[in-house]
Amino acid sequence: MPAQVNESLATLSDQLILVTVLLYLAAMICYALDLAFGRARTAVAVRRRELVGAGGPALPESETGEPGPEPAAWAARAGTIGVVLTWLGWAANLGGILTRGIAVDRWPWANMYEFVVAICFAAVTAFLALLTRQPIRFLGAFVTVTAALGLGFAVLFLHVQAGPVMPALHSYWIAIHVTAAIVASGLFILAGVCAILYLIRKDERPSVLPGKEGLERIAHRAIVISFPIWTFAVIAGAMWADRAWGRYWGWDPKEVWAFITWVVYAAYLHARATAGWRGKAAMIISLVAFGCLLFNLVGVNIFIPGLHSYADVP
Amino acid sequence: MSAPDDLASAVRDEPALREKEPPKPAGLGPAGWLRWAWRTLTSMRTALILLFLFALGSVPGSIYPQRGVDPAQVAQYFKDHPALAKWLDRFWLFDVFSSPWFAAIYLLLFISLAGCVFPRAVTHFKEIRRRPPAAPRNLLRLPHSAAFEGDLTLERAAAVLRRGRFRVVTGDGWVAAEKGYLRETGNLLFHVALLALLFAIGAGGLYGYRGNVLVVEGDGFSNAVAAYDRFMPGSRVTAESLEPFSFTLKDFRASYVAGGEKQGQPLDYLAKLTVQDSPTSRPRDVDLKVNDPLDVNGTLTYLIGHGYAPTFRVTDGKGQVAYDGPVPCLADDQATYTSECVIKVPDAQPTQLGFLVRFLPTTVPNGDAWVSVFPGAVNPTVQIFPFAGDLGLKSGQPQSVYQLDTTHLKPLGTMSAQPTPLKVGETKELADGAGKIQFTGVKEWISLQITYDPGREPALLAAAAAVIGLVLSLTVRRRRLWVRVKDGMVTVGGLTRTEGGGAAFADEFTRIVTTLRGGPAEEPRAAGTAESGPGTPGPAEPDKEAGSAGHAAPDAPTGNAAPGDRPDEE
Ligand code: HEM
Repeated sequence: MPAQVNESLATLSDQLILVTVLLYLAAMICYALDLAFGRARTAVAVRRRELVGAGGPALPESETGEPGPEPAAWAARAGTIGVVLTWLGWAANLGGILTRGIAVDRWPWANMYEFVVAICFAAVTAFLALLTRQPIRFLGAFVTVTAALGLGFAVLFLHVQAGPVMPALHSYWIAIHVTAAIVASGLFILAGVCAILYLIRKDERPSVLPGKEGLERIAHRAIVISFPIWTFAVIAGAMWADRAWGRYWGWDPKEVWAFITWVVYAAYLHARATAGWRGKAAMIISLVAFGCLLFNLVGVNIFIPGLHSYADVP
Repeated sequence: MSAPDDLASAVRDEPALREKEPPKPAGLGPAGWLRWAWRTLTSMRTALILLFLFALGSVPGSIYPQRGVDPAQVAQYFKDHPALAKWLDRFWLFDVFSSPWFAAIYLLLFISLAGCVFPRAVTHFKEIRRRPPAAPRNLLRLPHSAAFEGDLTLERAAAVLRRGRFRVVTGDGWVAAEKGYLRETGNLLFHVALLALLFAIGAGGLYGYRGNVLVVEGDGFSNAVAAYDRFMPGSRVTAESLEPFSFTLKDFRASYVAGGEKQGQPLDYLAKLTVQDSPTSRPRDVDLKVNDPLDVNGTLTYLIGHGYAPTFRVTDGKGQVAYDGPVPCLADDQATYTSECVIKVPDAQPTQLGFLVRFLPTTVPNGDAWVSVFPGAVNPTVQIFPFAGDLGLKSGQPQSVYQLDTTHLKPLGTMSAQPTPLKVGETKELADGAGKIQFTGVKEWISLQITYDPGREPALLAAAAAVIGLVLSLTVRRRRLWVRVKDGMVTVGGLTRTEGGGAAFADEFTRIVTTLRGGPAEEPRAAGTAESGPGTPGPAEPDKEAGSAGHAAPDAPTGNAAPGDRPDEE
């Protein structure tokens, strides 16, 4: 592995990430305008519509609802601009990751800074990918603000100069294990946002958000996709540990928390299948699992020493 | 088989409905209590609580140092908080993952799992071989339905559905089809794979072993219990079961970033070994690297650490060479590899000698002192602190080779915090005619972990099966479809038995109806939604009202299916 770093590309990468933060923030403002002045719906309207469409599409497509007071035309336009800005931010985010990877000639997720940048990218990617198929623009404000905060946190507190990595990270497993963890985390963030909105949402009140049921469905779908990916990430991590440390599972703090996260998401899936735990209780469990995920991402690296050498924070 | 039965069965294997609080035994006697306990243990709610306990129980394992991971840190904790540590130890908090209470949680969980999965597997096995149930009388009352006029024959309907990989049964004027058995199969596979994983891990623990050894350049190792610095065998391991290989460490190289902000960060480690797979086989050269262990018939050797081992020759007061060889040092500081070592010379005459040594790989003067500025051995020197007296080796108490017990030792000459460093080849004369010590060279040591774990491959297989099962159980949807032809009138009805599957099934249903009508010619006017307008309350309605708690199942009969969903309750 070469020790040289292409400094100008590394600088470009840092600048692109800053541009990304600004674009996500601008997009967030546009989405917020759309949410504040756009068309409000009540759950009653939603429910009536769903009866009509029994057996029809079950996602919030059917939830156009009764129009509230006529919304300003510019509000919807603000939403569209928000989507465009998100795509631009996404491109800048991607550019930032690629330039860093090329600058150091390795996979660009080998330290906390790079890892958090990649997860924010995955969350926005998950949102944009779903947006092409489902009307979930309402999520935009929350996803972009989460991504902007995550990136800002990474830039301010986690940033390390681009450079080569510890020998333990010279392995193709970084491509497999870390990529899976990033993709799963991005989707879990989406689910987490929905779960929080679910707890805030009052179905009786008119709102631009979809009803609780729609939120729960999106959260569930995201978790159903990401749980197997997370399972795979944990297993790939065990296989890497088997190559690097001589045991596939050793209860290193990072492993413990990946395991806890996995168990609690499994508990969420069981809760969904158990009467009495559906709805709110299940959503709360999914948030507990999300909290474990975040703690593993940030807390374990900062508070608990372990073997994971990428975890070094400045 | 009559139709209401089918719906009852359709409903029966929905977990939401199966899942009822087991009725408490009212004066049932011991057998009743046992049955109640078993049912409670194998209920989903108990599984849920046990899962939570499992997660919660692992938390202390990440907070407190663990003996199995880092015994030195546990010892440090005992030193820092003696009273607290004693109490924590009583609750096995330094051995969480081998503690009885943790074992109790996962054993209960896995008993619950077995008790839940095996009956399900039996049911599923029967179900797989059962034919799809006969058509209910009124297909239009199913959640997905369509009616049209046409000359569709039952044979063609059956062919269309077979082509769609449904399992198809025809009856008097109807066709029944079902698909998606893989969902339950996947779910069972996943849960059984978890049990298998636990067994593989357990077997690996019994029949495998793990050991650590430190090897200095030029030295060798042969795989026998006595050769290890630390050996942790499973309870079924005997000395004969160790693979009889051996190797010599010819050379070790570490490379570091030479300059810039990341100066001194390690880039790569390489250990060059000559390996003999068995005492009779020919030696072969092996490059051992991090992430790339040496494999001898399933026994794996990993490079996990390294350090310096400067070599010394100690000549005692009588002029005899009392020590000649390397001394492994422990790095104090990873960034500069400033290391500390201890030389014990019990054979020195007239008194025993001991030395504390500070090793500086790249030495530069810094005011009155000397420091190392780089981990590579560019300008290696040693600072020596000599002692004479009793090393305390005879007391019988085991001593660390990295520590000098100075209770019965006294410093030789005047002790300075920064003695002048010796370069390779230089000699220091000891005070009081106690002899001399020569710094003869620099070697490096590596630490290795050697592992034999017969459970690795079975565990990997089980894990792979778990992922496959999980993906199947989360993506496949179980669905049923019926077609009835009567007097040129075709009715089609369908339902999915998987919660949340409604939306995707609606699309599939529309596609199938279009095909049955003879191609995608017209808009599927009659399909699904249009059929149950606001005028004719759809089958889902009673359910929506029942779901007043704010939760309504997306696809009626699968979720909180109400009796009203039975197409032919008359
Ligand atoms: C190590 C512990 C366990 C883990 C990690 C685990 C994991 C999972 C996962 C991820 C699912 C989701 C599949 C789906 O939604 O279809 C699931 C489903 C299920 N599990 Fe477990 N499980 C465990 C223990 C148990 C136990 C002890 C029971 C029995 C009491 C059980 C019974 C079930 C059932 C009945 C389902 C099907 C739920 C449905 O159809 O939606 N599991 N399990």
